[in-house]
Amino acid sequence: MNPIVIIGSGLAGFNTVKEFRKLDKETPLVVLTADDGRNYSKPMLSTGFTKEKTADELAMASPEQVAEQFNVTVRTGIHVAGIDTEKQRVLLPDDHLDYSSLVLALGADTWTPPLEGDAVGEVFSVNDLMDYGRFRQALDGKREVTILGGGLIGCEFANDLSNGGFQVSLVEPMGRCLPMLLPQPASAAVGRGLEDLGVRFHFGPLAKAVHYGKDNPEKLVTELSDGTHLESDVVLAAIGLRPRIGIAKDAGLRTNRGILTDQSLRASADNVYALGDCAEVEGHVLPYVLPLMASARALAKTLAGEPTPVSYGVMPVTIKTPACPVVVCPVPEELEGDWETEEDGNTVKALFRDRDGSLRGYALTGDAVKEKMKLNKELPALMP
Amino acid sequence: MKKWECVVCGFIYDEEEGLPEEGIEPGTKWDDIPDDWVCPDCGVGKEDFEMVEL
Repeated sequence: MNPIVIIGSGLAGFNTVKEFRKLDKETPLVVLTADDGRNYSKPMLSTGFTKEKTADELAMASPEQVAEQFNVTVRTGIHVAGIDTEKQRVLLPDDHLDYSSLVLALGADTWTPPLEGDAVGEVFSVNDLMDYGRFRQALDGKREVTILGGGLIGCEFANDLSNGGFQVSLVEPMGRCLPMLLPQPASAAVGRGLEDLGVRFHFGPLAKAVHYGKDNPEKLVTELSDGTHLESDVVLAAIGLRPRIGIAKDAGLRTNRGILTDQSLRASADNVYALGDCAEVEGHVLPYVLPLMASARALAKTLAGEPTPVSYGVMPVTIKTPACPVVVCPVPEELEGDWETEEDGNTVKALFRDRDGSLRGYALTGDAVKEKMKLNKELPALMP
Repeated sequence: MKKWECVVCGFIYDEEEGLPEEGIEPGTKWDDIPDDWVCPDCGVGKEDFEMVEL
């Protein structure tokens, strides 16, 4: 029998392996990964300085250990060339691999803004453990970091790097922290928390270019649209994520923002599934661990012969900014309603109610994060 | 009393505090938490937690 083939060794790929092996010890499994195949948790990449952990210390297991523990073949450094969904075959650079089922756990790419300047190639993004290792190395002995983007990743890194003793400047064109996730008063609380740690914000302008320093080519100069020049040792882009859909699209699978699947995580060809950051499950693109884990458990059952749709309950997102803790349950897109906000210093409790007065989302900062579980009970499930 | 940290997201379970909102009383030992309990922040299982030294 051909193996179940999983493309991707991030949390989505390895947790599918792990959950499947709880149900089926024998069916051959092959993981193909472009990375080095070490098992790590992506959310922990933005806590490495606070926890004083290097890339090697954030790795929980080598690919050999994963292979042994879960009876799986892990092929590292493999760039998949294509998928033939008719023949149920993955095309590799000099070879191919036939599958009984295929799981796309491809993750997402960081989106880098169009920048000019001779030092554009020096701009980092941290999307996996290997990136993180290079980033840590570049920071060795350095002091100043410019972060482009004040969303979840940008704010978490701003907090973590400040804890690590770096001077952080953060550029966010939308004018406040976490603009896509939080209402204004909660954004302001996070901003104050990070400012107290020493983060310098540049709200409003866009980054236009990154140059080598004229007097000191060791330094980088980030030029903003308002004419400001920010000098730093390292520049980190944290603008956003785009689901990786390229090979799925080329294979003729239906895609939109992500790889389209039904509630059972089935893509548009037989025996092909997708989960995690690359997937768009019944219209939901949720690049967070909570939905990913629910998906891995459901998919493991389906692959083991018991077709199981995934349920998404309430899906709150915890943002790791200890300077001002945040938990948010995002409001469904295009839902009409209003925020009710209570504020006390950096403690903000913002509740979003729809036109019928039902709670449909919340944003909590500071001490208000303790109310998360109570509020979750009032919220409807995202995808029952 | 010990603390246990989720290795995937960093959530900390403190035996002293328990998780009263989830019906886990203060003082509940890690071993006494049901095996199907999952991390409230990220959904991974008990096997993905490790004890934190204080």
